[in-house]
Amino acid sequence: MAVSDRTSWGGRFLDNPAAFVAGAVAVLLLLDLVRRLVTGALGPATLMTYLWTGLVIGLIYGLAGIGLSLTYSILNFANFAHGEYVSVGAFSGWSTAYIVAGGSIATLGDLFLLRPPAGRVGVSITSAPLAVVVGLVVGVVVTVAMALVLDRIVYRPMRGAEGISLLIASIGVAFAVRYLLALVYGTGRPGVTAGTRRFFVGDTLGLGRFIVDSHQIAIIVASLGLMLGVHLLLTRTKLGKSMRAMADNEDLARVTGIPTERVIRSTWILGGGLAGAAGFLVVLTQGTIAYNIGWLLLLLIFAAVILGGIGSVYGAMVGGVVIGIAQQASSIWLRGPWSDMTLPVTFALLIVILLVRPQGIYGGVETT
Amino acid sequence: MSNSPRERLSVLRTRFSQGGGVNDAALLLVTMLALWVLFAAVGMYLQYDTAGVLGTVVNMTFLVAVYALAVLALNLQWGYAGLFNIGVAGFMAVGAYSVGILSGDPGGTPAGFGLPLPIGILGAMLIAALVGLVAAFPALRLRADYLAIATVAMSEIIRTTLLARPFAEITGAGQGFRNFPSNPARTLYYENPGDVTSEPNAIGEAVFGVFESLGVARTNLVVDLTYALLLLVIVGIVYVLSRRTGNSPFGRVLKAIREDELVAESLGKDTRLFKIKIFMLGCALMGLAGALWQGLGNQSVNPTTNFLPVLTFYIFIALIVGGSGSNTGSVLGGAVFAALLFLLPTYISNIVSTFNLTLPRPNSAVEAVTPLFSADPMPLVGFVVANIDSMRFIIIGVLLVWLMQNRPDGLLGHRKEVASSVDLMQRDRKRGQTAATDGGRSQGGESDE
Repeated sequence: MAVSDRTSWGGRFLDNPAAFVAGAVAVLLLLDLVRRLVTGALGPATLMTYLWTGLVIGLIYGLAGIGLSLTYSILNFANFAHGEYVSVGAFSGWSTAYIVAGGSIATLGDLFLLRPPAGRVGVSITSAPLAVVVGLVVGVVVTVAMALVLDRIVYRPMRGAEGISLLIASIGVAFAVRYLLALVYGTGRPGVTAGTRRFFVGDTLGLGRFIVDSHQIAIIVASLGLMLGVHLLLTRTKLGKSMRAMADNEDLARVTGIPTERVIRSTWILGGGLAGAAGFLVVLTQGTIAYNIGWLLLLLIFAAVILGGIGSVYGAMVGGVVIGIAQQASSIWLRGPWSDMTLPVTFALLIVILLVRPQGIYGGVETT
Repeated sequence: MSNSPRERLSVLRTRFSQGGGVNDAALLLVTMLALWVLFAAVGMYLQYDTAGVLGTVVNMTFLVAVYALAVLALNLQWGYAGLFNIGVAGFMAVGAYSVGILSGDPGGTPAGFGLPLPIGILGAMLIAALVGLVAAFPALRLRADYLAIATVAMSEIIRTTLLARPFAEITGAGQGFRNFPSNPARTLYYENPGDVTSEPNAIGEAVFGVFESLGVARTNLVVDLTYALLLLVIVGIVYVLSRRTGNSPFGRVLKAIREDELVAESLGKDTRLFKIKIFMLGCALMGLAGALWQGLGNQSVNPTTNFLPVLTFYIFIALIVGGSGSNTGSVLGGAVFAALLFLLPTYISNIVSTFNLTLPRPNSAVEAVTPLFSADPMPLVGFVVANIDSMRFIIIGVLLVWLMQNRPDGLLGHRKEVASSVDLMQRDRKRGQTAATDGGRSQGGESDE
C-alpha cells in the first residue's frame, strides 16, 4: 500500500502549534492537580475514587474499543454499528441473567423483557453470581452470532468497497439494530441490577477511605481476563499473527497465503464478542439499560480507539482507560453546573487528539 | 447530427448528467405535485375537513422544503467535494440558536438582541460558517473517516454544550429555547406578530377572508401555508446558487478534489483552501436550514430531542436516496425522504384503523411473536402497526444498507455531475466533426481560479 507523502504535513508533532498548546494545557492541569492535593483542596480519597471509577469504566471502553480497532484496521472502515453490538450484548446477556435468577417470580416472557423490578429479581454478582456469569457468556455468544450474520448479509457482499460506503452501510445497520431493540424492549431505561456489597479500602495505605463495590471488582477481573486472552491469541497463535498481518498490509497478507475470509470471520468473532461482553459489563456498573446504551458509548469508544491508535489492540486498552479516567477526573475542575461540560470536554479531547496526533499513542498504521 | 440510437442515447445521457435545466425543473415540479395529490388524498381518505386536508399538505410541504434545504447544503460538501460531514445537526443547531439569540425579543427569556430578522438570519449563517471553520481545521487534513468521527463529535459537543447549565442564561439549557422572532409569514399578516392575541393587519384580513370563504377558518394554518411556500422559494434560490457554484470553475475544482485530490493538488490547486471554503459555505447553508426549520418554523428547540445525530443521518439518507453529487437529486431525495419515508408512516396506523380490522394489540414483543408458532401472524402485525415509529427507523436502516449494496449512486439512478464542464466521452466520439456542436453549453472559455 502506497504511503502518501501527505502524511508529512498531517502528523508531524513538532511543527504543529496545536500540539504545544495542548501540551501546555495538560501541564498546567497537572500542576493545578498537584497544588490542589498539597493545599488539601482535593482529598486523596476523592482522587482515588476518580481514578478507580475511571479505571473501571475505561476498561469497558477499552474492551469495546478492541473490537472497533480490529474491524477498523482489518476491514478498513469505521463501524458505526459497533455501539449496537454493545447494546445487543447488554440486552441478550441481561435477559438471560433475569431468566436464570428470576426463576418463577414472573412469566418467562416478562423476565426476558426485563419487566419485573430489579429489586425482586435481584441480579448481582454477590446474590446471583451464576446469573451474572451465564448472562455474560450468553451476551458474548449472541453478539458473536449477530456479528457473523450481519457480516454475511451486509458486509460480505460489499467486500472491497470504499471505506465510506461501508461506513454508511454500518450506519444503516446501527439504525436497524437499535430500533429493533427499541421495538422489543421499549424505549424506557429500567434499572436491572440489585444492590451489591461495598467495601471501603485505602485506610491502611493512608489514602483515605474510598468505596469499591463488588461489581467493579467483577468488571476489572472479567475485562482484564478477556484482554489477557486477546493478547495471548494475537501473539501466540497463528490466527493472531494472520490478523496482525492483515491489519498491517492486506495485499501482502493475501500474497503470503493467509486465508483472508477466515481471518475476517475471526475478527468479527473477536470484536463482536468483546463488544457484547463490554455491553453486559457496562450495565453491571451503570445499573440501568436502554436501547440506545451502545450508541451513547460509541463516541467515547471511538475516542479511546483514536487515542490509542487505530489498529492497535493495546492502544485501544490504554486509550479506553485514559478516556475513562479523564472523564471522571474532569470533575476535579468541572464542578456543580459545570459538570454538564464533562461530555463536551471529552469529545473536544477526541478532536484535539486528531489535531495533535492523528496516529494515536501506538499508531503505526497509515494515517493519510 | 447522426441519428443512430446510440448517439441519441448519449445526447440524452449528457443532458441528464449536465442537468438539462428544463428536464430537472419539470421533474421537481411533477414530484411536488404528485406529493401534494398523495397527501391530499391521504387526508381525504381519513375524512379530515378542508382545513385538516390542507394542514396535512402544508405540514408535508414544510418538511419537504426544510429537508431539501439541508440536503442541498450537504450535497455541496459531500456530493461536490467528497467531504464526509456527519455533524449536520450541530451546524443546524448553531443556526437555529443564533437566529434566536440575535433576533429574539430582548424582553423574553433567554433574552435576545432584538436585531432585525434579515440580520439575524445572515448572522446565523455567518456563525455557522465560522463554527464550520473551527471544525474544518483539524478535520480536513485527515482521511474521510476521521473527518466523519470529528464532525459527529463536533455536533455532539455543540448539542451537549447547548444543554449545559453554565450557559442557561443564553441558551435556556435543558429548558430549551423558545424566544424566537416570529416568522416572516406571521409578520406579513399581523399588526403585532410577536403577540399571540394580535389582530391581523389589512393584508391578513384580506387573505384570511379568502381562506375562510374556502372553509379554512384557522388563521395559523394560513400562516403556516404562506411560510411553507416561502421556504419553497428559498429552496429554489439555494438550488440555483448551488447549481451555479457546481458549474463554476470553483465547483469544477471541487469535483476534481472529490475524484482524485492528488491530481487536483498536482495541477497547482490549493485543495485545502478549496475544501475549507466549500465546508464553510455548506455549514452556512446548514445554519440557514436550522434557522428556518427548527428556529423560525417550529419556534421551539430543545437539545434533548432536537439536533440529535439521528437528524444528520436522515439528511444523509435523503441525499443518498436522491443521488449525491446532483442538486436536482438532492431536492428530490429530500422530498422523497421527508414525505414518503418520514411523514407517510405516521399516517399508517390511522389508515389501518379505517379497515375495521380489529387488530390485536399485544402488550409486548413476546406476546406478539409467540402466536407465530401457532401460525397466527395478526398479533405481530398489530404490534408492528402500533410501534410504527420504531419500524420506520428499522426500515430506514435496512433501506440504507440496501442502497449501499445495490444502488450506491442513489435510488434515482446515476446523477452525479461530471467534473469537467463538457462530457469528455461525448467529445471523444465527435472528434473530427465540427467542434461547435457542443459549444453552446460549454463553459470552457472561463478561466480557472
